[in-house]
Amino acid sequence: MRAPADQRFPIRLQLNGRTRQGHAEPRMQLCDFLRYELGATGVHVGCEHGVCGACTVLVDGVASRSCLMLAVQAHERRIDTVESLARDDVMNDLQQAFSRHHALQCGFCTSGILMSCVEFLERVPEPDEAQVRDMLSGHLCRCTGYTGMVQAVLEVARQRGAQQQAPQQQEALENTHV
Amino acid sequence: MKPAAFDYVRVASKREALEILAEHGEQARIIAGGQSLMAVLNMRLAQPKVLVDINHAGDLHDLNVERGHLLVGAAVRQVELMDRASLADEVPLLARALPWIGHFQTRNRGTVCGSVAHADPSAEIPLCLVTLGGRVVLESLKGKRREVPAAEFFQGVLTTARRPDELVSEVHFPLADPAVRYRFREVAMRHGDFALVALAACIRDDAVELGIGGVSDRPVLRRLPRGAELPEALNAFAWSLGAQDDVHASAAYRRHLVRELGRQLIEEQDHARAS
Repeated sequence: MRAPADQRFPIRLQLNGRTRQGHAEPRMQLCDFLRYELGATGVHVGCEHGVCGACTVLVDGVASRSCLMLAVQAHERRIDTVESLARDDVMNDLQQAFSRHHALQCGFCTSGILMSCVEFLERVPEPDEAQVRDMLSGHLCRCTGYTGMVQAVLEVARQRGAQQQAPQQQEALENTHV
Repeated sequence: MKPAAFDYVRVASKREALEILAEHGEQARIIAGGQSLMAVLNMRLAQPKVLVDINHAGDLHDLNVERGHLLVGAAVRQVELMDRASLADEVPLLARALPWIGHFQTRNRGTVCGSVAHADPSAEIPLCLVTLGGRVVLESLKGKRREVPAAEFFQGVLTTARRPDELVSEVHFPLADPAVRYRFREVAMRHGDFALVALAACIRDDAVELGIGGVSDRPVLRRLPRGAELPEALNAFAWSLGAQDDVHASAAYRRHLVRELGRQLIEEQDHARAS
């Protein structure tokens, strides 16, 4: 596959469970493609060199910096952004916990952090505080601090663990996690 | 903060990548995980004409044990090594160093060979490769396949022995020697930041191989005695590295870290827990 520098390449991907199409020059970063071509403005662009973590999305289920990926690299991949979390305008358990624990103020960093948390909790369903802090070290928050986020993530892990043990509630859990 | 324009080529095999490198030379850059190169492109510190994406080259994803080495192909991600349960037995130094590399979000995409090819003086994987006496495999379309010792491969800041038409196709880490204890330590402003000083040690009963990253313009390895002569040898090693002052740390502090953490790393009791 070749995409010349001066041409816009057609890109098709699964965004939050739906097939979406757009066009991008080879040099277009994935974050800009998601925002400006597909309207996923929950993707926030901060430092553009992989340090701040604001632009983190899931690429085939894996938390990745969308400023360090090209849109053409996401062709025929599955991308999930913060827009995937709420269902029918109801925030999912993670978002509700962030709200409850005052884990955000301005919210600029939050959408990336939430996506990291999504993959992290799948890989590490019963984390300790040190593991949560290690995961959050891949993100910069400059107004709230991290204590509320740590508490929110640990609480969601406990809640999901408890629901796992109550099989009749399994369906409700799955519905909050798309 | 947007890259300059380039042609993008997604290759399906190593040979296809080598063909493009043969055609375009230093005008072409290989992209795998992109965790270093994309930042460089975004800041326009590099402006290649052609970007060669090797993520879909099936023959660059090998991760095998062969001839006493762990062979890591060019497109193998750092997370794949971290998830490899046998790594702690195969290459324990690498298993200890991997959690220090960036963050889990960057290890998800960053590759082992990409870190080697980038050659940041403070990077953990080049330091491990030098300390263990590993090798870098360089391939080109017309030239011979070269296996370069890591200590010769790294030549300075972001500078290596790779020729413009060559691909870092594999790196080889020697498997663990049961008579050696492997240790890793790092000091950074925050966990996951670039190391002020990174230390990797292969400890034998009579001597130590100590590798230092983040101080000189490349990882530096030195054989040191154990026992009463160690402090003097560490001091001489620290001064030999040509430490520089920068915004994060003074040269004197870096030398102090080499001496003090070097001594701790070598003399401390065996780790109570696997790290």
